[in-house]
Amino acid sequence: MILIVSNSIRDLQQTTKLAKMTDKYTALDYYKLDDLLTEEERMIRDMVRSWVDEKVIPIIGKAVDEGRFPKELITEMAELGLYGATLPEKYGGAGVSQIAYGLMLQELERGDSGIRSFASVQSSLAMFAIYRFGSEEQKMKYLPKLAAGEMIGCFGLTGPNHGSDPGGMNTSAKKDADGYILNGAKMWITNGTFADIAIVWAKLDGVIRGFIVEAGTPGYSAPEMKKKWSLRASVTSELVFDDCRIPADSLLPEAKGLSAPLTCLNQARYGIAWGVVGAAMACFDEANQYAQTRTQFDKPLASFQMIQEKLAVMATEITKAQLLVYRLGQLKQEGKLTHQMVSMAKYNNCREALNVARQARDILGAAGITYEFHSGRHMLNLESVYTYEGTDSIHKLLVGADLTGIEAFR
Amino acid sequence: MNIAVLVKLVPDSTAVVKIGDDRRYISTADLNFVLNPYDEYAVEEGLKIKEKEGGDVTVVSFGDDTAQKALRTALAMGAGAAVHIKSSGGSDMLGTAKSIASVLKDRGFDLIVAGKVAIDDDCGAIGPMVAELMDIPHVTAVHTLSLVDGKLTAERDIEGGVEVFESTLPALITAEKGLNDPRYATLKGIMMSKKKKIEVVEAESFESKTEVIKMSYPPSRPPGKIVGEGVEAVPELVKLLKEEAKVL
Repeated sequence: MILIVSNSIRDLQQTTKLAKMTDKYTALDYYKLDDLLTEEERMIRDMVRSWVDEKVIPIIGKAVDEGRFPKELITEMAELGLYGATLPEKYGGAGVSQIAYGLMLQELERGDSGIRSFASVQSSLAMFAIYRFGSEEQKMKYLPKLAAGEMIGCFGLTGPNHGSDPGGMNTSAKKDADGYILNGAKMWITNGTFADIAIVWAKLDGVIRGFIVEAGTPGYSAPEMKKKWSLRASVTSELVFDDCRIPADSLLPEAKGLSAPLTCLNQARYGIAWGVVGAAMACFDEANQYAQTRTQFDKPLASFQMIQEKLAVMATEITKAQLLVYRLGQLKQEGKLTHQMVSMAKYNNCREALNVARQARDILGAAGITYEFHSGRHMLNLESVYTYEGTDSIHKLLVGADLTGIEAFR
Repeated sequence: MNIAVLVKLVPDSTAVVKIGDDRRYISTADLNFVLNPYDEYAVEEGLKIKEKEGGDVTVVSFGDDTAQKALRTALAMGAGAAVHIKSSGGSDMLGTAKSIASVLKDRGFDLIVAGKVAIDDDCGAIGPMVAELMDIPHVTAVHTLSLVDGKLTAERDIEGGVEVFESTLPALITAEKGLNDPRYATLKGIMMSKKKKIEVVEAESFESKTEVIKMSYPPSRPPGKIVGEGVEAVPELVKLLKEEAKVL
């Protein structure tokens, strides 16, 4: 019997050719890091990757155009178990490894930084703050609902006049007979306007403390900050407290001092360092595919040396960023992580992801500024991610202080 | 309802498939393997029936150790048990079907679900063969299934219409696209699948009566012809479509 290659294989080959022509995503794994992952880590990564292909990529352009966070994805992400994934099952988590959590965020940000930001704030800021600093009653009251997506959380640390210097905050808490009275304002708060609870950091007798403020509390409002060039598929808000009275049991008992909110930010920055790799991988793949199919001077763009040099540098920086977060994940899992290590990965990966996005936009030529391609959107999003949760400069200063023993920012 | 689902690991549908050096099998280096897409419908259908009627879903795969990846994926989706029929040498269709049937026959399954076809070798033979060997009824390429009073009603498309089958149980069906919307494995499902044990059964060996002796690529397509541009090109195009391509 002579067997011609079966129809399926032929179909597969045709699909592959078709895939080259369309935008079927190929994830860059130049150093075969896949081999270092556990089976569950790969399964989690692949699951989120196909979910993003099916549910995020088709709708994200329109959501960005409309300046709208796609709330229809909230419940689906909860059903997949994407909120608080590293927490114990008792609180609604799945107890996954730190690397699995990172890979999950990498895939979400391959979709859009706004979607990843939503998941980061829900998990690493709101849920983590309660998990790490809350009482058992607070944990049982809020964490399962946040994990199920029945409640949305936000995290208010940055104030209008205090970005890199959050310790200087003006938001205050005063003890009164029934609880506390909050006054002040927060800015640049992801999820703020539609969040059911806000983790709010305020000075009580001069010490920074954390409070859980429920939406609808008189004196609390969260107007949306519109008109952004970046993170358009994400809600950014102000939080305003005007004699906002909250009950005594809204205080997070274990959080005392600036180190508490910074511990939460460290979780989120870890996720950012992973997330931006996904955005960079998306841009690289788009530019690489485009370079191979677009012809100029009767040759594919990819045949020109200057394009190849760009692609090589992009792939190199992505591979370095992947190695950085993989090791960071191991250190976090082993409890050996310092916040300066996270700072290094945050600033490096954000900067390189932004560079990759800009190069991709360049390779795409004029088409790169249209909604037809994703790189322009990632590029604009990454401007925010480069700056939020600690600017490039501040993170370098933290590493500098660690290396020299001298703080250069106070 | 005691349900078995037959699953297979196949190359990812976007993979670039190359023929191996022996010219008798594909080269598996650098290929990403996934659960056969039609088997995803089969697993989903099994899970849906279990959730409605109670019972359990056991996933079954034949092959070398890589088959366990398909089983893990199905366990992560929610299957309760898994059986790996271990065979290192491989087998032809009938040999494979005999091995599977010999493992399934004494386990009291009420319903066996398989994918319509595995997208790698495109044979679509294992499901019906297993049913025949077990002497139970089967319906292939089912897109609508219901179970009432110990009987199944299965619908499948035929040219220009729909065929409706009724069958007693136990029976075997193969799943067509559209039977359902397969669920994603959740994070909890994936973590839980790690704790489930895969039962490994050595495959009973049956002689292969067919053998693949050669694999080759399809002939490359002849290059296209551009007859001109705009309206002026239409008469020539119509002429060629009539005389050369003979499609008009």
